[in-house]
Amino acid sequence: MRGLQRGSAAIVGVAESDIGAVADLMSPIDLMAQGIQRALVDCGLTLKDVDGLFCATTQARTSAMSLAEYLGLPNAHTDSTIVGGSSFEIHVAHAMAAISAGLCTVAVIAYGSTQRTVGRRAASVREYNPYETPFKPFLPATAYALAASRHMHQFGTTREQLAEVAVAARQWALLNPAAWEKKPLTVADVIAARPISDPFTVRDCCLVTDGGGAVIMTSSERAKTLKRRPIHVLGCGQSITHATISFMPDLTVTGAVESGRQAYAMAGMSAKDIDLAELYDAFTLNTILFLEDLGFCGKGEGGPFISGGRIAPGGAFPVNTNGGGLSYCHPGMYGLFLLIEAVRQLRGEAGQRQVAECETAIVHGNGGVLSAQSTVILGTEATL
Amino acid sequence: MDKMPSSPLASYLAYLERGRLAYQYSPEADAPVFFPRVICPKTGSDRLEWQISAGLGTVHATTVVHPQQGAPYNVALIDVDEGFRMMSRVEDVPPEQVRIGMRVQLRVHRPGGDEPPCPVFTPVEAA
Repeated sequence: MRGLQRGSAAIVGVAESDIGAVADLMSPIDLMAQGIQRALVDCGLTLKDVDGLFCATTQARTSAMSLAEYLGLPNAHTDSTIVGGSSFEIHVAHAMAAISAGLCTVAVIAYGSTQRTVGRRAASVREYNPYETPFKPFLPATAYALAASRHMHQFGTTREQLAEVAVAARQWALLNPAAWEKKPLTVADVIAARPISDPFTVRDCCLVTDGGGAVIMTSSERAKTLKRRPIHVLGCGQSITHATISFMPDLTVTGAVESGRQAYAMAGMSAKDIDLAELYDAFTLNTILFLEDLGFCGKGEGGPFISGGRIAPGGAFPVNTNGGGLSYCHPGMYGLFLLIEAVRQLRGEAGQRQVAECETAIVHGNGGVLSAQSTVILGTEATL
Repeated sequence: MDKMPSSPLASYLAYLERGRLAYQYSPEADAPVFFPRVICPKTGSDRLEWQISAGLGTVHATTVVHPQQGAPYNVALIDVDEGFRMMSRVEDVPPEQVRIGMRVQLRVHRPGGDEPPCPVFTPVEAA
């Protein structure tokens, strides 16, 4: 992204709040605060050090105001940009800019959602759109299903290939003690599951869980003085191509092409330099689209690319190593968890699911209905 | 400046009430604009003219929605011949038989009550 300096800021602390199904009457801001406290412990900073708040949730209209009140930080620099699940990747770029400009020195990026507890409809009220709502699309699934129909029509992507994305995510989830799903899954299971919006069954769709967390960022200089190996922000990019699926310019090509281009240019890297990908898998199609659009394979080749377990544990290219939105956790705006997992992998803290020789990671957030795309490239000290 | 007498949506719905699918045309961009807006997204100009579609189009993308209760139904994106795309559904054919590339024609559905008229499509009869 123009105006940002490669490696000028780092992620120093990460933590999930309680996830899955949280205690009754927990609020989204409770979960943000819990994530912040745990992430501060992770890096050895305290709440007194925090002077930047970056946050988003669908359950608080003015979330930065609520969070500033909750934490007692009246003078914090705030930014509550909200463009769906990729908001937190965009917050990384905004926090980097704010740190460089001296607007803040320690930024927290926080998220909380209780959508499982309160119900998806209550957690995220859908706006009436006079050009779509009368046709009763089951959103967001129907929007992604329409895109899938095009991908299958144009490139011959198969039902089995889509299912294989869910199977790979499940195999990773079985290596992650924090994951919601605990049982093995097969391609046949995915295809035979309850249909939602063709070609998708419920197993092609992200989970509906509670959850939240936080990421702490500071300058790379200050990061060196803290407890953990700093994970440096090497590249950022953003592209918002539409808000409603009817008006997506091309249903088979996402804004990840542009957000990826920006992030790679800033990092001075290309897809071949990336060891690990954390790609927002709201639906099985997403993983295929983002692998194509971020340059890991050609357009239309995503289906064959993921076949044969390539992105599963033990495969040639690790993707969504926590189990993803499909099998680990999906509280509605999942983008923050992509950052948490990438940092843990780059630090070498991912336990059973640790990827060997992992120095660079691409984190790709998706918001809305393939609408708001944001890419972040992270790297260890060795990549600076 | 003159106040706008009718919102883009109100104008669109007024055409639909009369059985017409209307869209905007931007003379400076020489391009259709849909959904209807106050300014053209290509030029920023507020000069937008209403035009009427002939009501013919092609299915661009399609899905069958399976609600928890009730029968499955179609949702489709239609490429209207005048050069814009819109969400709709194809009626008069089982939802799973709607195909990408199928030629379709407009039918203005009138749900009644407080609900506005709604542009749906039906397969063009083979000649």
